[in-house]
Amino acid sequence: MRLAAFAVAVTYALAGPAAAWQSEDERIFGPEDAPQIQVLSVTDLAAFAPVLQDYVTRNPGRGIRYVQASSTEIYAAIHDEDARFDLVISSAMDLQMKLANDGLAASVAPDARGLPDWARWRDQLWGIALEPVVTLASRQALGDLPVPRTRRDLIALLRENPERFQDRVAAYDPQVSGVGYFLIAQDDQVSDGFWRLAEVMGRLNARLFCCSGQMITELREGRIAIAYNVVASYAARFRPDDPDLVQLAFEDYTFAIVRSALVPVNAPDPQGAQDLLSYLLSDPAQRLIADSAGVALIAGTGKPPVPQLRPIRLDAGLLVYDDRLRRAGLLSEWRAALIQP
Amino acid sequence: MMRPFDPARIVSLRRRLVWQFLVLSAVLVLGLFLVVGWVADRASRASQDAVLGAAVTAITEGIRSVDEGLELDLPYATFSMLGAMGDERIFYLLTVAGQGVTGYEDLPPPPTPATDMAPVFYGADYRGARLRLASVGRMMLIQNRLQPVTVTLGQTRLGQAAIARDTARSAAWAALGFMLLALPVALLAAQAVLQPIRTLADVMGRRGPRDLRPVRHPTPRELAPLLRALNGLIARLRAALELAETFIFEAAHRIRTPLSLVRAEAELALAETSDEATRIRLRRMVRAIGESSRSANQILDHAMVMYRTDQYAAAQVDLAALSRAVLRAIDPIAEMRDIRVTHDIAACIIQGDERMLEIALRNLLDNAIKYAAPEGHVDLTLTCTGTEATLAVTDDGRGLSDDPAQLIGRFRRGANVGDTGGSGLGLTIVTEVAHAHRGRFQLKSGEKGGTCALLHLPLP
Repeated sequence: MRLAAFAVAVTYALAGPAAAWQSEDERIFGPEDAPQIQVLSVTDLAAFAPVLQDYVTRNPGRGIRYVQASSTEIYAAIHDEDARFDLVISSAMDLQMKLANDGLAASVAPDARGLPDWARWRDQLWGIALEPVVTLASRQALGDLPVPRTRRDLIALLRENPERFQDRVAAYDPQVSGVGYFLIAQDDQVSDGFWRLAEVMGRLNARLFCCSGQMITELREGRIAIAYNVVASYAARFRPDDPDLVQLAFEDYTFAIVRSALVPVNAPDPQGAQDLLSYLLSDPAQRLIADSAGVALIAGTGKPPVPQLRPIRLDAGLLVYDDRLRRAGLLSEWRAALIQP
Repeated sequence: MMRPFDPARIVSLRRRLVWQFLVLSAVLVLGLFLVVGWVADRASRASQDAVLGAAVTAITEGIRSVDEGLELDLPYATFSMLGAMGDERIFYLLTVAGQGVTGYEDLPPPPTPATDMAPVFYGADYRGARLRLASVGRMMLIQNRLQPVTVTLGQTRLGQAAIARDTARSAAWAALGFMLLALPVALLAAQAVLQPIRTLADVMGRRGPRDLRPVRHPTPRELAPLLRALNGLIARLRAALELAETFIFEAAHRIRTPLSLVRAEAELALAETSDEATRIRLRRMVRAIGESSRSANQILDHAMVMYRTDQYAAAQVDLAALSRAVLRAIDPIAEMRDIRVTHDIAACIIQGDERMLEIALRNLLDNAIKYAAPEGHVDLTLTCTGTEATLAVTDDGRGLSDDPAQLIGRFRRGANVGDTGGSGLGLTIVTEVAHAHRGRFQLKSGEKGGTCALLHLPLP
């Protein structure tokens, strides 16, 4: 078909024969025989377990079946494969937004006192956590070099010390990772300097990863020196007991993703989902969540955001990131910058 | 059939006015709600359409033809703006030569294809929501061929509808508030409108039973027909009454003259005949004729009093002089019956109708002389206090056997009058004269037997 040629050839993460979606982990909270709220979530089970445990402790008659999957798997499961879940939690804001926009999210009325307007969309998409996106560096690898405070500093640092950072810079692979693509799109929108950074990273033959976890592992094992755009909550699990990890919240801007929850229209137990959502937005749950994310979504439940923190709003603008042409254009630019002959 | 006096059918004008006001206000509130809702809906729809049109145009402007095909950089800010009013859902589609390139490929197409740069607006249902869509088309050189490119952008209008609804609701609340404020005003207005009717009813109610003057009370134009009809009725009634009175007057007058002739003839015959049986018959005749002529006189008096009451015009009356004149006139009758008439007359001037007062006084004295004992005594006293003049006529006759109030009625006579002739009109005449002068007439038993008649007349 000739027309297919209009769209730039795309290696689309979601394209290809749709295999059934895959989960990464699964656990049941509460009594085995209690009615279970089905939760599909991107959040690391280990990080979220205390919150869920607290809920089932407070509600003895309730159980939770928690299924962890990647954000693209979650999107595929809900959008294309009609998977039945009561509550869907994801950090991929654009995909969550698209689910809601396409009419797959039900209207619910949880108790959401204090939730800022930009952290919700209608009565369908509810922000439950703020996740700063930071850059991690290994103290050892930096050596006597100054700790960069802005992206401009980082570019200069990388440029001036190519031998030290060659093959040792890590970033998300936007062609594989939904969050990675989303963050690059944000960077592209906010700053012109980002593409210079991308080019510098390309020249240093940066390594691309599917997920934050892998980047952190590589960093801790000393194989890389700097990991750009890492979701802070992952880092938070290692940082306290690894003095080598430096967390950089750049002063020009630091994004914060809103991790959001929605109740699918075909949820078997929407009331249970709404209850759980109310709990997730309540003070005790928000304290637990803010503790692991490092910043409070609802004022007064944890550390206030640093001034340069730029939360990404939950609004219809997010829909543009999912556009096929836009995506193709951005990815081709990314490839042009990163993959250099 | 209307039954005008069925109490269930008697309506209150005031209640009806207030009800009508309430119903009308409710209709107005509803109307305002609908009209404002419609206007707000139109206005917000128009402004939303402008935004949607600008957005679809901006997206179209962003399409660039490149070597590999075309490039589209969907503007984040545009989408963000579109969704701003009430978190709208947004759908879009880019087609080239009718083939979807990006976006929602099953988005409903415009009813008429967009060809020039002006957006085509239309509505459609899509994915369970009502959408407002705008479509822009243009020709572009893509891969060396001129091809039609169409951009369609749709959004839900929940926020806009909510705003229109809110506006209409606010307007309705405001109207309701005004209505509540207007309610007491409406009550007052109803009261004010009905006031002339109430005043007219009051004026009519205060009239005396014999007051047949036309109603001259100022009334609003709307009541004028009622007033005209009322005055017409009064005029007809008055004419009928006058006719009856004139008739009675005429009749009495015409009877009186031949009666005196007959009486004179009978008396002459009595004087000329010596046959005892004939004399007895003639004497009875003369007495009967006397009674008849007295009755005719009283009927005349009564008619006169009625007439003068209607035409009542007060003038200064020297009551003392009048009393003396009446005493002089009555003297021959008293003498004929050997009645001694005494008097005690004080100087007294009042406002009144001399003719009526004369009739009243003559009838009082006439009555007294008639009912006095043979060779008895009648006394007339005129006293004058600061506020009223009192004419007291006392006799030494048989006194009263009935309730005095009963005797005052027309053609009423006491139970103990048996042998004395009379029409029963005398006291009625006196009472009517007293009323015409806003005075009182009283009949009571005398201190030493007999009867005392008191006519009280107010002084000016």
